[in-house]
Amino acid sequence: MAEELQQQKVVYIPDNTRKKSSQKKNKRVTNIIIYVVLTLISIIWLFPFLLILLESFRTYPTLNTGNPFSGSGYEWGLGNYTKLFTETRFPTWFLNTFIIALFVAVLQTLIVLCMSYTLSRSRFKGRKLLMNFMLVIGMFPGFLTLLVLYNILKDIGLTQEHAVPGLILVYVASSGMGYHVSKGFFDTVPKALDEAARIDGANRAQVLIKIILPMAKPIVIYTILTAFMGPWGDFIFAQYVAFGAPGGYNVAVGLYSWLTKEMINNYYTMFCAGGVIVALPVTLLFMFLQKYYVEGVTGGAVKG
Amino acid sequence: MATTELEYMRLPKYRRTMHNFAKFFKSIPSGIVALTFAIGRFFKGLGIKIANVFRDIVLTWKNGDYKTRVSYFILGFGNVARGQYLRGILFMLFEVVFIVFMIFVGGPNLYKLDTLGITHTWTDEWGVEHVGDNSFQILLYGVLSLFFIAAFAYTWYVNVKQNKISQEILATGKPLKSGKEDLQSLVDDQFHKTLLALPLLGILVFTVLPIFFMILIAFTNYDGQHLAPKNLFTWIGGANFAEVFNFGGSKFASTFGEILVWTLVWAFFATFTNYFLGMIVAMIINRKGIKLKKLWRTILVVSIAIPQFISLLYVGKMFSDTGFINGILMQMGAIKAPLPFWKDPMWARITIILVNIWVGIPYLMLITSGILMNIPADLYESAKIDGASPWKMYIKITLPYMLFVTGPYLLSSFIGNMNNFNVIFLVNGGEPSDIALEGGAGHSDLLITWLYKLTVNQNNYKMASVIGILVFVVVAFISVVIYNIIPSMKNEEDFQ
Repeated sequence: MAEELQQQKVVYIPDNTRKKSSQKKNKRVTNIIIYVVLTLISIIWLFPFLLILLESFRTYPTLNTGNPFSGSGYEWGLGNYTKLFTETRFPTWFLNTFIIALFVAVLQTLIVLCMSYTLSRSRFKGRKLLMNFMLVIGMFPGFLTLLVLYNILKDIGLTQEHAVPGLILVYVASSGMGYHVSKGFFDTVPKALDEAARIDGANRAQVLIKIILPMAKPIVIYTILTAFMGPWGDFIFAQYVAFGAPGGYNVAVGLYSWLTKEMINNYYTMFCAGGVIVALPVTLLFMFLQKYYVEGVTGGAVKG
Repeated sequence: MATTELEYMRLPKYRRTMHNFAKFFKSIPSGIVALTFAIGRFFKGLGIKIANVFRDIVLTWKNGDYKTRVSYFILGFGNVARGQYLRGILFMLFEVVFIVFMIFVGGPNLYKLDTLGITHTWTDEWGVEHVGDNSFQILLYGVLSLFFIAAFAYTWYVNVKQNKISQEILATGKPLKSGKEDLQSLVDDQFHKTLLALPLLGILVFTVLPIFFMILIAFTNYDGQHLAPKNLFTWIGGANFAEVFNFGGSKFASTFGEILVWTLVWAFFATFTNYFLGMIVAMIINRKGIKLKKLWRTILVVSIAIPQFISLLYVGKMFSDTGFINGILMQMGAIKAPLPFWKDPMWARITIILVNIWVGIPYLMLITSGILMNIPADLYESAKIDGASPWKMYIKITLPYMLFVTGPYLLSSFIGNMNNFNVIFLVNGGEPSDIALEGGAGHSDLLITWLYKLTVNQNNYKMASVIGILVFVVVAFISVVIYNIIPSMKNEEDFQ
């Protein structure tokens, strides 16, 4: 018995070390695989953007091969960019979008904060009913209202060439529906803070402005960021409202119009150049405020 | 079938979920009965409330002094007579606006609401245009007037009630609130009214009113042949719904069936491929010993920042016949003819799901990495001591925890994907379309993109409206089903 045990022991010890070293080896192999996978992922995710960038410097516009690496029949240069600003209406579109985005960022943030703060803090008759009603209304697809909104805007003269104020109005007016993320944030701010301030004689407006808002900086920045980025990508409504009047286009509608069958052969690389010009400021802003965006998105998902 | 709690707890996980499903569908009949009773109770309660309101109105008149009684006709008279000028003047202003609106806009349109207009616009032999009715305007302003009337009725009731309350307060010898106090209360105990007034007005006019209007459009014949103002449209009852559900009979119905099924399949795959792949990416980035975490994360996040209309339009073109992918493959000699990425229904559907993975993983990576880091580390440590393999730990700890925390998110993302307009519309526009489908639909169109095509390209507003209502019904049904199943999951997998 004793001999057996000893033998076992003798066998056991080297086995253990071998196992450990193989585990280590295993880990290294897994890590290498992971690095390979991550590199592949990075390539897949960045590749289209790299292609857009390359295409934008290609001065021979046709779509033909669609392969900017094949290197025949065109030259590299800044031609697309100079053309973009001198021969097309792109500057107007860019300015339109920028104005819309600025106004929406300010007004939508105000409205969303009003809604979410009130629904989180005040307890009034019909609060639950109001929230359920908005939940039900939110289940209708938004484009259903396209036709009506267009006609309302037309009646007040805010379509086609004057689409910019019309679009601002529509984006801002219905933005109260998107209160969930910031309400989730306000729900986590302790109520004791409000009560303490109230005891000190502050009214509810002062509580909001002096106590809550300074604490809500992350969610305010998140709201401003998403509100500012939204109009850059809106295509559906902007196209319907500004239909047939290039002076009222935003960048999305304008650039999309270059991809129609009649235009794409002459404007494909211009589209890419325009895309780069649009993406640059938005992406820079986003990267700069990325922290707040991540906080908002994760918070919103967990609270549902 | 397990019935007691104890038996239920003993079931393996998948049987539990099955059990919940079965329980839910079994409970539908009794649920319907309960719902009928609930609706009955609701209407009974509503009836009692309305009766109370009327009794209130009558009693106030009986007990009221002349100030109160005049207020029944001139809103705010009582307020002014009792010294509350601010409130009184606002009431009066509202009444004036209401009367003016009803005379010039409301009345004429409400009057024609039952026919939606009968006189056509026509041009006589001298080329003079005689402007007739405009069904669209009649319906729109008719609906607006109905909203206005409801608002006025409510205001009128508030006015009556205020008179009653003021009378009671004065009877006890206390003073009424002054205008200054009223204004002060708007930043204090009535602060919610101040904050909500503007947002809710916006939602009412730019969301609720249009949706209400479009629901009504589903019961008219408003389409390309009946375009206002040249032509009139009118009420046709449920004929549009009959056409959508006339399976086998109408092409519209078969198109609707195909698109509905694809929408659900798409929502399922789009949600769960993104969810699991995003979670895996987050896990490998967060893994111990992996360096440059921030770099990997940032690379993925960049794709969120770039506006979708640029990236998606470009990616869509990459897969076209003359696009990058076919170009490269043909240059390499791997294929002779371009691959039918957007030409074949099945290819198109699979490609678009793959593209959607490209779109969605960065979001899911962000969302899940936050939650993954919150899983208590001691759970893993004790599992490791017990000798659990990584796969087992994933199945037993990570996955249940994630599902528990992100359950509501999964539901909303499923619904979000059902209505995921951008990906389908910008990447391939719902292609390929052929004559097998009605209403300009393509084989990879979702209900929402079809709705868009019906509205914008086809001017088929009546059908767009029907589709919109059906989307609502499907979304509401799925939400109710899931909400009834999730709470039971929550109890059993509580990690706290």
